[in-house]
Amino acid sequence: MSERLKIAMPKGRIYKQASKLFREAGLAIPDDFDDSRKLIIELPELGMDFIMAKPVDVPTYVEYGAADVGVVGKDVLMEENRDVYELLDLGIARCRMSVIGLPDWKPRHATVRVATKYPNVASQYFRENGQQVEVIKLNGSIELAPLIGLADHIVDMVETGQTIRENGLVELETIFHITSRLIANRVSYRLKSEAIEELCKRLETVIPD
Amino acid sequence: MSKPKVFEKPSGVKDYLPGAVERLRCIEERVLTCMKRWGYRRILTPTIEYYDTVGVMSATSDKKLFKLLDNRGKTLVLRSEMTAPIARVVASVLKDERLPIRLAYHANVFRAFEDESGRDAEFFQTGVELVGDASADADAEVIALAVASLKAAGLSEFKLALGHQGLLNGLLGELLDGMPAEQDQLRERLLARDYVGYRRLIRGFDVSPAVKEKLLGVLELQGGREVCEKVAGFTSQPSTQAAIGHLCEIWDALQSYGVSGYMTIDLTMIGNFSYYTGMIFEAYAAGLGFPVTSGGRYDNLLHSFGRPAPATGFALKTTRILEILGPVEEDSAKRVLILYVPERRAEALAEAAELRSTGEFTVVTRRIEAEEAPGAAAVMRQDGGPCDGMTADEVIVWTAEGRKGGAQG
Repeated sequence: MSERLKIAMPKGRIYKQASKLFREAGLAIPDDFDDSRKLIIELPELGMDFIMAKPVDVPTYVEYGAADVGVVGKDVLMEENRDVYELLDLGIARCRMSVIGLPDWKPRHATVRVATKYPNVASQYFRENGQQVEVIKLNGSIELAPLIGLADHIVDMVETGQTIRENGLVELETIFHITSRLIANRVSYRLKSEAIEELCKRLETVIPD
Repeated sequence: MSKPKVFEKPSGVKDYLPGAVERLRCIEERVLTCMKRWGYRRILTPTIEYYDTVGVMSATSDKKLFKLLDNRGKTLVLRSEMTAPIARVVASVLKDERLPIRLAYHANVFRAFEDESGRDAEFFQTGVELVGDASADADAEVIALAVASLKAAGLSEFKLALGHQGLLNGLLGELLDGMPAEQDQLRERLLARDYVGYRRLIRGFDVSPAVKEKLLGVLELQGGREVCEKVAGFTSQPSTQAAIGHLCEIWDALQSYGVSGYMTIDLTMIGNFSYYTGMIFEAYAAGLGFPVTSGGRYDNLLHSFGRPAPATGFALKTTRILEILGPVEEDSAKRVLILYVPERRAEALAEAAELRSTGEFTVVTRRIEAEEAPGAAAVMRQDGGPCDGMTADEVIVWTAEGRKGGAQG
């Protein structure tokens, strides 16, 4: 195990906010990586390596110990259900997981169909609410599903709600609120406890309310 | 599901090739020898057990048990761990043997496929159970033996975390008196290692700020012996205070064993098995993302088998240690290849037997035909590649004329 802390960072939207937070915490991360295509960014002065992963894969890298810690949205954590420590709520990339549908929707099938990128989250939510639904996994443009009659509802992440409004959909219920989290591998949490604690302390001071 | 291809195995099981088996055997032998020196006698139990007895007591979730039916329709399980089978043996076959009883095992155990890939359905565990001793010294003994076993297995860089199930339950029970649902919620968050969710839950509880602060403080109960002193201020319950005293004593005993340098106390830890009642611990080694050992005290399990007795123990995750150490590359014995023509078979095999009996050589013999004999040794060396998995250090050829080359010069 190398001495440097391997941090799995989510590529894209969350990375910019996360790297900004790291910089505020006094970790000098050059901003020219924001749009880089590099997969591994070495930051030897900080004793860190960033592993640039697809957000949904971050918990997997961390669970297996390929990365010591990671930054990932609560939506992914809820869906992936990996065995990792969830150490800090970073308070960035705020949004929510919601049930969305057409305003004038009426049940047409005996079983309600729900389209989503988050099949585990969706089936768990409806089961806990005493409702059996058929979950259809889609990979993008989820909003299409109720518009063209593929599904009755969708379960998806809502940030501003603009896409929903523009497509004539409404948010029916909020399932949970989402922010990015700092997660850690079970073994790294013990063997690199000092470095991880130090990172937590630094980040804690700059987490937005 | 389509029919499996001929090369496929059920998911989660694997083949162990010679180098890996050699390593596994080596770990097994060294660790069991170490355990034997501490007075633990090895036992073997059956691979299959009844679902209603060992299956249920194993505290492995139902969907993770491999179940089968016997010819009378009884449900059987492939053992999912060794603690429950050993508890059965201690309470039945060994019921007349005086406690304490120290037993060791090395066995394959089975867990039905988890949702995600990469988890083994069959793996090896090497461990001990110490039945009939409730003292802190017994707990310290199994932890110190776990350290000795990890070293014997060949690991050098590792750490252990020590928690206490009874202590944590006592703290939560006292701070959230009369709020069992809230206690369960917090325990669930700690089991999921979700500190964020734990803090969030507390913020929503209808309790005094002082209680909230203490509940949040539970997350800070990690470190060395100072944690024992720190947690003393959290409780006035005699049972919880007794648990703290027990934990302090374990720590002091570990210091006497000279292993406290490997330890961290972490009172937020919750054991994977619901039968744990007292101290619990895990070991973590560099080079692998998953714990390599887990153990703890289980004072109620033996009662379920009809012979109430306190007990404590641990299991090394031997397959994971194998993953860290990798296969054995080289056999230390000198390797000799003896080639012989049929009429020299008797001399060649006699020489092979003699070399093997010294214990210093691995000898492979192979018959060749007379026309291959000239230059056979050179051809074998030239080929270079391993033959029967080995490259020979020496090649001896028995031709019609006699013996060429030799292991002893």
